Amino acid sequence: MSATTQTGAAVDISRLSKIYKTREDDDVLALDKIDLKIEPGSFVAVVGPSGCGKSTLLSLLAGLTPASTGSIAIDGDGVSRPHPKTGVVFQSDLLLYWRTVLDNILLPIEIKKLDVAKYKTRAEELLAQVGLEGFGNKYPSELSGGMRQRVAICRALIQEPGLLLMDEPFGALDALTREQMIMDLQSMWLRLGNTVLFITHGIDEAVFLADRVLVMSPRPGRVDLDLKIDLPRPRQWSKTHEDKDYHGYVRQIRAIFEAKGILVAH
Amino acid sequence: MASTDVIGAGQAQKKQGNNMSSKKKSRGPWLERYSALILAIVLLGAWQILVPLSGLSEFVLPTPLAIASRIVNELPLLATHGYVTLFEVVVGFAMGVLVGIPLALSIFYSRAFERAIYPILVALQTVPKVALAPLLVLYLGYGWAPKITLAFLISFFPIVISTVVGLQSLDKNLVNLVRSMGAGEWQTFFKVRLPAALPNIFGGFKVAVSLAVIGAVIGEYVAAERGLGYLQLQANSQFDTTLNFATVVAISGLGVMLYFIIDTIEARVTYKRDSAK
Repeated sequence: MSATTQTGAAVDISRLSKIYKTREDDDVLALDKIDLKIEPGSFVAVVGPSGCGKSTLLSLLAGLTPASTGSIAIDGDGVSRPHPKTGVVFQSDLLLYWRTVLDNILLPIEIKKLDVAKYKTRAEELLAQVGLEGFGNKYPSELSGGMRQRVAICRALIQEPGLLLMDEPFGALDALTREQMIMDLQSMWLRLGNTVLFITHGIDEAVFLADRVLVMSPRPGRVDLDLKIDLPRPRQWSKTHEDKDYHGYVRQIRAIFEAKGILVAH
Repeated sequence: MASTDVIGAGQAQKKQGNNMSSKKKSRGPWLERYSALILAIVLLGAWQILVPLSGLSEFVLPTPLAIASRIVNELPLLATHGYVTLFEVVVGFAMGVLVGIPLALSIFYSRAFERAIYPILVALQTVPKVALAPLLVLYLGYGWAPKITLAFLISFFPIVISTVVGLQSLDKNLVNLVRSMGAGEWQTFFKVRLPAALPNIFGGFKVAVSLAVIGAVIGEYVAAERGLGYLQLQANSQFDTTLNFATVVAISGLGVMLYFIIDTIEARVTYKRDSAK
């Protein structure tokens, strides 16, 4: 692990299941007895098709949905509601359009009733780190999609969360912006050293970013493969994508999806 | 940052495009800006010229200038009655807000209440409020009460509906977002639900206040001793068509004024999604 400071939170999930009740008695088993330990400061990507339960997993970790059975602990604390050490980045930026960029980033501080003035400098630093120096007084409507998602990431990081949960954060971005965001996320994570759980359906970005990739498949939602990604850091876009091992990992994940019929071999 | 540059370039291009088009046909924006005023002047001018030519007497159709000068001359009279109507409208509308907003919140937060109250609300709305005016006079007398009640009844429905729609149309992910930050329902309401619903709520207010003017004036038509509706009936019975028109202008001026007051408040408390500052 390249993280220099020990700011990452440890995650311990055991026998975690989630059943969604439907109107007709056929309940959906979204997660089936998941066991998972995440090292503090590691970058874990969860990859799988729609409906494999990866978003459910995130929602449970964020404390937004109660588990049916099993337990989650973040740094030893059981999670039944949103944990203060957790920051979440959703697929869409979810910026409040009536607030300036700075006020959006400070929203978690306001909600937790902390001293907003004290965090202002940090918010401006975060903006500078994502290349948005001086954008604090702009409104979200004045920003591009990529810039807005950067602001959303700053908002999640304002409180230095030990665990950063990301739910397909780059899914709505164009390819060029996405590439830039992936690189920026890596350097930010290397600097901060927090634990990241990164949900995606992109095999390539999962392998490129993560220390560990969990491959999930649906009905019931299970982890089919727990793959350690051993590629040198910091990873560079062209160099890593040309790496033999990189392609080996991607092939291994694709093989799972092909075996499950999620991808047809071609 | 790459993405920043791309955006910067896009904006520059857009600006250039605007400049070019404004140079090419410089009359375009000017005509666009004043088009409403120009059309109004043309129509009023046509009215002014055509009335004497057509041989219609002033009792049938006075000219705009005659109406305007009458308004100036009768300003104290119009103001005296205008204040009465304004009072009825403002109190009726305020009651509409005070009843409508809590009702909308109850509908939003309670499924059972929504099911119970919606059919009644809709049934109430299908009753023409004008038809209630004589009854209200019968029950409430000749004073303020029936006019205020009518203004209230007519204005609270759009407030309820627009507030409920505004609250219900919120992106559910926004609720998840603030909950993930540890917000309870109280904070969720004030940080997200209410600000997001404000444009809808103000839309409802604007419709409601215009309707409240109609409600108050109709109340005055039925039975009153004061107010612009009363003044208009007086003018009518005396075949004073010019004063009649002057009153119509005053009534609509009242509505426009209230509309713009709400519009100004809205601009102060909300940020429009599309308008880049």
